[in-house]
Amino acid sequence: MKVSELAKALELRLISAEGYEDREVTGCYIGDLLSWVMGRAEPGDAWITIMSNINIAAVASLADTACVILAEGVVPDPGVKEKCDMQDIIVLGSDKTAYELAAGYARLT
Amino acid sequence: MVKHYEISGTDFANAGEASSDFKAMLKKIGVPTDVIRKVSIAMYEAEINTVIHGQGGYCDAELQPDRVIITFTDNGPGIEDIERAMQAGYSTATDEIRNLGFGAGMGLPNIKKYTDDMQIESEVGKGTTVVLTIKLFK
Ligand SMILES: Nc1ncnc2c1ncn2[C@@H]1O[C@H](COP(=O)(O)OP(=O)(O)OP(=O)(O)O)[C@@H](O)[C@H]1O
Ligand SMILES: [Mg+2]
Repeated sequence: MKVSELAKALELRLISAEGYEDREVTGCYIGDLLSWVMGRAEPGDAWITIMSNINIAAVASLADTACVILAEGVVPDPGVKEKCDMQDIIVLGSDKTAYELAAGYARLT
Repeated sequence: MVKHYEISGTDFANAGEASSDFKAMLKKIGVPTDVIRKVSIAMYEAEINTVIHGQGGYCDAELQPDRVIITFTDNGPGIEDIERAMQAGYSTATDEIRNLGFGAGMGLPNIKKYTDDMQIESEVGKGTTVVLTIKLFK
């Protein structure tokens, strides 16, 4: 499934720059503790988190997640969107809980 | 080929720059993606530890014909009990650091898991050196 399809089905807001939503999503990981995400998220995962600080950019990039989904209405801290745009990281937002988002993803697969 | 990186002990916004840069270089050279993944994870964890625990330092990342060797050196507080520090879940991170998403006590276990060899040398009050080795081939 493409990120764009996931975004449409779950009504996600695109926070980062347009142009990369063709990327494939192959799994899903929920986590806010960055070392857990680093060690456990698989390349291609949609990473669902409520962490909004700048370090999510490095983690998403180094762990090769397909996209970051900020749950619970969380918005990125100042400068995070810009850093993600520089590294082609897709950031999406939603008012849904992490559980609702993951369950929504599971229904699509 | 050796890359040298200075690592700030205060600049949280740019923590991970060394790992990102070295990853990009390995990608350009065409190193297999599973190797790049291991290097990225292990190097990031060591880099973050250098920033948040080691008060900054430097890193030398070397690509050899059959392996990657990455050394992180800091002049921070050192580690009193390395065996305990290696345990999953052990962390001395402050609340402030935890609020940023660090402090799960999973960094060193991650490094262990994703490297072929890991050596820590540390002296309390002097600093810490961490050497990571990742083989390019099975
Ligand atoms: N370079 C270092 N200098 C001093 N102490 C260190 C250093 N690296 C690790 N430590 C000590 O070892 C502990 C465990 O490190 P580890 O990376 O496993 O967990 P953490 O950094 O606390 O949390 P996480 O990596 O999950 O965000 C740290 O909390 C710290 O006490
Ligand atoms: Mg750590």
